[in-house]
Amino acid sequence: MIDMLVVDLSRWQFAATAMYHFIFVPLTLGLSFMMAIMESVYVMTGRDVWRKATLFWGTLFGVNFAMGVATGIVMEFQFGMNWSYYSHYVGDVFGAPLAIEGLMAFFLEATFVGLFFFGWDRLSKVGHLVVTWLVAFGANFSALWILIANGWMQNPVGAKFNPDTMRMEITDFMAVIFNSVAQAKFVHTVSAGYVCGAIFVLSISALFLVKGKHVEMAKRSAVVAASFGLASALSVVVLGDESGYVATEHQIMKVSALEAAFHTEPAPAPWTILAIPGEDGEPVWSLSVPWVGGLITTRSLDKELPGIHELVDRAQDRIRSGMVAYEALKQIRADGSNAEARAVFEETWPDLGYGLLLKRYRDDVQNATDEEIVQAAEDTVPDVWPLFWTFRIMMGLGFFFIAFFGLWFYRASRGWIDTNKPLLWFTVFLLPTPWIAIESGWFIAEFGRQPWVVEGVLPTFYAASGLQVMDLVLSLTFFVLLYTVLLVIMVMLMVRIIKAGPKEKLFTNDDEDDFVITTLPATPATKELGS
Amino acid sequence: MSTIPLDYETLRLIWWLLLGVLLIGFAIMGGRDLGVGALLPFVARTDEERRVLLNLIGPTWEGNQVWLVLGGGAIFAAFPPLYAVSFSGFYLAMIVILLALILRPVGFKFRGKVSDPRWRTTWDWALFVGGFVPALIMGVAVGNVLLGAPFHFDDSLRIFYTGNFFQLLMPFALLAGLVSLGMIVTHGATLITGRTTGPIAARARQLGTLSGIATIALFAIGGIWVALMNGYVVTSTIDPNAPINPLGKTVELVQGGWLRNYGLYPWMIAAPVIGFAGMALATLGLMGRYRWLAYLGSSAGIFGIVSTAGVSIFPFFLPSSSMPNAGLTLWDASSSHLTLFIMLLATVVFLPLIILYTAWVFRVMRGTVTTESLSKNPNAY
Repeated sequence: MIDMLVVDLSRWQFAATAMYHFIFVPLTLGLSFMMAIMESVYVMTGRDVWRKATLFWGTLFGVNFAMGVATGIVMEFQFGMNWSYYSHYVGDVFGAPLAIEGLMAFFLEATFVGLFFFGWDRLSKVGHLVVTWLVAFGANFSALWILIANGWMQNPVGAKFNPDTMRMEITDFMAVIFNSVAQAKFVHTVSAGYVCGAIFVLSISALFLVKGKHVEMAKRSAVVAASFGLASALSVVVLGDESGYVATEHQIMKVSALEAAFHTEPAPAPWTILAIPGEDGEPVWSLSVPWVGGLITTRSLDKELPGIHELVDRAQDRIRSGMVAYEALKQIRADGSNAEARAVFEETWPDLGYGLLLKRYRDDVQNATDEEIVQAAEDTVPDVWPLFWTFRIMMGLGFFFIAFFGLWFYRASRGWIDTNKPLLWFTVFLLPTPWIAIESGWFIAEFGRQPWVVEGVLPTFYAASGLQVMDLVLSLTFFVLLYTVLLVIMVMLMVRIIKAGPKEKLFTNDDEDDFVITTLPATPATKELGS
Repeated sequence: MSTIPLDYETLRLIWWLLLGVLLIGFAIMGGRDLGVGALLPFVARTDEERRVLLNLIGPTWEGNQVWLVLGGGAIFAAFPPLYAVSFSGFYLAMIVILLALILRPVGFKFRGKVSDPRWRTTWDWALFVGGFVPALIMGVAVGNVLLGAPFHFDDSLRIFYTGNFFQLLMPFALLAGLVSLGMIVTHGATLITGRTTGPIAARARQLGTLSGIATIALFAIGGIWVALMNGYVVTSTIDPNAPINPLGKTVELVQGGWLRNYGLYPWMIAAPVIGFAGMALATLGLMGRYRWLAYLGSSAGIFGIVSTAGVSIFPFFLPSSSMPNAGLTLWDASSSHLTLFIMLLATVVFLPLIILYTAWVFRVMRGTVTTESLSKNPNAY
């Protein structure tokens, strides 16, 4: 039997390491593009303030990037470490995009990020600009392949279970790449990263403006951030809605949970703004707008969104079919030439994962009792209320960002950048909000997928490694401690860098200052290359 | 799959080679930085000297580490059962390596941002740990691979690992760890002597010469040890085109079994020969101040030593000590035929590109690093 404590600790560890990692990734995604934009303006106009801006944001980028690298390597390794049955069961499919991420994206990003910092005096202006863009593209390609891998966990297309090897195997790699969930997720996630970068730049620029420091650089940075942010915020919500819509095709349960829709509502369903859960977990009071829910979730006025109870009933049928698949699989494993069992398995294999849900209750799942089947079907319901509320936090922030960037964009186009102190202060204090929205988003995506690690294919509890509790206590403690210490140090260093501001001079003998970017000579570095 | 132009057996062999390329790629490219990290507190004593070393590897170490990331990804994609068994089985050892590796990116970035000497010394030791510990433990892991790891499967291919962390610290495994540490340190020393001047280069030359000699001696002891200990031999016939089935073979323990391949395929002797010759050239190069000879020698030495481990255990990846039949070979730990082919296509397209742009970046960042060159660069660590 499976040790549920080990499973829970493994889940906590994955959640903790993933959420730490995703503090740094969105900023890398957004900031790298904004640095590339600023440096492009510098190369085109030759105005030094743009280079100063690139260098200044680059210093903050560097500190953040280091944390992204430090936390990222754990992500790649802990699939095998903590989720060994997962790695065996779906590695044939899931491993490929992960490895291609390394080949195509991370190598590019990591190789050129060094040149971004060390190449200023060794490359021509255009040469360095190309390097900066390559870093930005590398970061974004990275996100593409990771989200293709993650999208497959949400919507496992292009693969089939092979009873001879006991695992999922790729049948159609193009389907894995062009998985609609993966594509929507990619656009949604990188756009959210751009919003994060834009708020970061805007908020720190607002601080400079309020204090009347580095005004020239701050104004220009704010204009870039406001325009980039507005475009990105629109993209997050428009394409974020797209991923909600797509989810209704493959993950109806998740959407019903997000909406706390326990019962099937006649079409078009209302959209619940707020609700109060009762003792049985179902809403006792709710405030809703008619029709909107149907429009959001099904894109129609006549399609129904099935409620949670109905979905649980459907899950029971699939579990029964999964028991048949499991029995057939056992016969194939015992005798590979059993053609009858193979025919049965061919029919029922898509429900095998539902059969495995019973592994929580008994080893010989083909003999499960009705009571256990009901239990397992109930297990397919994710925890509704945390999802319901985080979804509303994320959506609320998403719409707010559009309005906020819209206001900034309008004021910037009028030239009113540093005239309204309350708005500037407000902008300063908005700094943490994109992270709240983004972490909520990942919580919805991953927690909402439960009990599955791969939707309909493999239950989470069945995917974990058979480790000892002590292994996990040690690793979880050390990761959380080390990450927290490093995060605190990073924030402290960022504050120092921001306080010091962009540097005017190139050479400085002040020891205190060797951590800040100093400006390079205005002449292009091309001359130095010749020497 | 009739549409795949390469047969399964060939693809599996190609991926066995490619995995070797990636892991040796990491040992040589990432090994530079690990070696410099392990030498940092000893070779460089003042803050200025330490900054020289950090800026020697600072611009390129991140790219170099991707060889490890890619190696991990390639094991996951091309040999999922191996990835699953080895990463979960050696769990605490992996955690130790990861905790050490985490210290590296932040060590480079954070150290120079505050000028307090205690702050900087703390990060110097963090960077030492980040170089020393992975170099040692990865070798210990390879030693354990040769000894066999206590794992087995049930019929659903769920993995059961029955060992613990302290069982990894067997004398032979520790010896393998020292060989790994020795070759990495020698390699780092050849880089430092090649691209710095003055007392740093002199100290690196001394330490590198010592570790070069030690590596040769330890590698030789390792060879004798392997001849005396048991190796694993597959005794049933394998169909190299069949679907994976880790439980479908028989394996026996034979004294000196790990040397059998050298009789079957005499060309494999090239691997240990290159290992010894490379390390010898590195040592001689260091002593005679031929910097390129030293650097290429240690690179070749690493290539030879890692290859020796790889070809000795062929076709095994990870033998099992508790259920020898469950040991993983390249034939029963690989991905499906189609996945191996897709991954090969991706590699054929991107690996040459990676090598090209990495070479370009190294060219841009070439040259000797001195304290004077540091003050010119505002982004220096």
